Amino acid sequence: MNNGVNGVALTVFILFFVAVTVMGFLAARWRRSETDSLDEWGLGGRSFGTWITWFLLGGDLYTAYTFVAVPAAIYAAGASGFFAVPYTILVYPLIFTFLPRLWSVSHKHGYVTTSDFVRGRFGSKGLSLAVAVTGILATMPYIALQLVGIQAVLDVMGVGGGEGTNWFVKDLPLLIAFGVLAAYTYSSGLRAPALIAFVKDTLIYIVIAVAIIYIPIKLGGFDDIFASAGEKFSQINPATDKPVGALAPGSTGTWTYATLALGSALALFMYPHSITATLSSKSREVIRRNTTILPLYSLMLGLLALLGFMAIAAGVKVQNGQLAIPQLFEDMFPDWFTGVAFAAIGIGALVPAAIMSIAAANLFTRNIYKDFIKPDATPAQETKVSKLVSLLVKVGALAFVLTMDKTVAINFQLLGGIWILQTFPALVGGLFTRWFHRWALLAGWAVGMVYGTFAAYGVASPTQKHFGGSSKEIPGIGEIGYIGLTAFVLNVVVTVVLTFVLKAVKAPEGVDETSPEDYTADAGDKGVQVELPSVGAGAGH
Amino acid sequence: MSDAPEVKQPVITPVRVIIALCLVAPFVAMLWVSSYAKVDPDFIGIPFFYWYQMLWVLISTALTMIAYKLWQRDQRGRKSAGSQA
Repeated sequence: MNNGVNGVALTVFILFFVAVTVMGFLAARWRRSETDSLDEWGLGGRSFGTWITWFLLGGDLYTAYTFVAVPAAIYAAGASGFFAVPYTILVYPLIFTFLPRLWSVSHKHGYVTTSDFVRGRFGSKGLSLAVAVTGILATMPYIALQLVGIQAVLDVMGVGGGEGTNWFVKDLPLLIAFGVLAAYTYSSGLRAPALIAFVKDTLIYIVIAVAIIYIPIKLGGFDDIFASAGEKFSQINPATDKPVGALAPGSTGTWTYATLALGSALALFMYPHSITATLSSKSREVIRRNTTILPLYSLMLGLLALLGFMAIAAGVKVQNGQLAIPQLFEDMFPDWFTGVAFAAIGIGALVPAAIMSIAAANLFTRNIYKDFIKPDATPAQETKVSKLVSLLVKVGALAFVLTMDKTVAINFQLLGGIWILQTFPALVGGLFTRWFHRWALLAGWAVGMVYGTFAAYGVASPTQKHFGGSSKEIPGIGEIGYIGLTAFVLNVVVTVVLTFVLKAVKAPEGVDETSPEDYTADAGDKGVQVELPSVGAGAGH
Repeated sequence: MSDAPEVKQPVITPVRVIIALCLVAPFVAMLWVSSYAKVDPDFIGIPFFYWYQMLWVLISTALTMIAYKLWQRDQRGRKSAGSQA
């Protein structure tokens, strides 16, 4: 890929990396409270205001992998990769309606995870376990992909090692990056990524702003960029006998585009890491206010996606599409700014990886360890277990990336999206109504999981026999659509039908520990745990 | 999404209908892909397909902001109505 190590870029990259490492460890003292509970470590004491939440959520949802993968998809096939933009447009009106309710009920009852809520609402440990396991399964490959993002940057800088170097030298930089990440997540909890997210997003915004102005000027304007992209996409792919891509989706592609956007939007806030960042905010208003400022990231994502076209126009030729954007930066920018851009991507991987591992660890601790293994665990024990599990999760992700082919991580990530969407009826349905029967929800979830997995397994692509993509013909409609959404519809149908049946036979409903006014409670209302007693620093925010 | 159950107030009000419309509009616009799956007219060289969706980022932000403001007002109104009763 590269004819040697890019010294200047590497130095700048390392400087930034060291700076955020120091920040990560110091974060433990930031807005610190004296108590040793899972709320403190895993939700930052639930004390974050509008701006911290904004950075945290932005840092969490728009990951390094996003930055690498979205333009990579555009680079490879054009229009179809742009669905990420309508997807993130739809997320915010959607969460506007249900997240504040989740915040309220969680603060009223001290829920840390979505499974906590599902258990409390439906009185079903089984359903809660299903949600927890789905969350953990879906998060693991996501963490692994963050590493793939760092690897892409390291490769282009020339420190990823070529094919010939031995595995230890090749993977050493990644191991170091990961060791550091694991250490400060362990010691500082959610405070570390919250603080580092400031740096990450500032860097990302600067890099995008520069890239979107500087690169088109160098390439002769958007007219030329899209002209050369159009030329590339009109070439015929020998494997499929169709053009390799398009500047706008054709009539057959519109269903795929719309279902992918909708399905992904529904799935995003089912991911444990999104919920962790949400619950760490200090009031219901913070969340609603955030839905009005988070779209700034969508705009950035759109601009970023356009970089994929610029990579084509700039004549970037890479076998692995993931390297297209890092390579574009290296070709276009002066060395020092390449370093800044790479640091942005690298740090962009650390923030979500930290939050994801915390979220997965919280799920394990609350909904598997406490519910099934040690019901009388003290808050201090919970925190300890969560810290350890966050380490394990990261080591698992690392092993995944180092031992298996990158495509395996991508396949699992694709499956993860389909899986996590199947928890939507229990979670969002549960936030608005208690009508659904817990066993029906469990059955619907199982059907969605099984259908989604098999359908995805059966998708072939020119390069892969299985898991070749995430869309397939929708049974009964005949159009090509996102598998996750089809599985979701199936899930809902099964849930509704079985709820009628189970209600008719008077199957036990389970105890609902929540009451209607819990869903609208706000900070300051009676019985709402706003902050833990000894937090003083966060109150003035 | 009905608040203040202790006071009898209509659940569906004109303001709430407007809020719902603000939140639903982006779904209609974005999921109706064939309405924007074309290259022309372009904007500073960017095909329609791309700039139109980016424009919708701004439109949907404005709509969500309106929904948020209206909702805040709605809630305040209900709270004061509730305390008087």
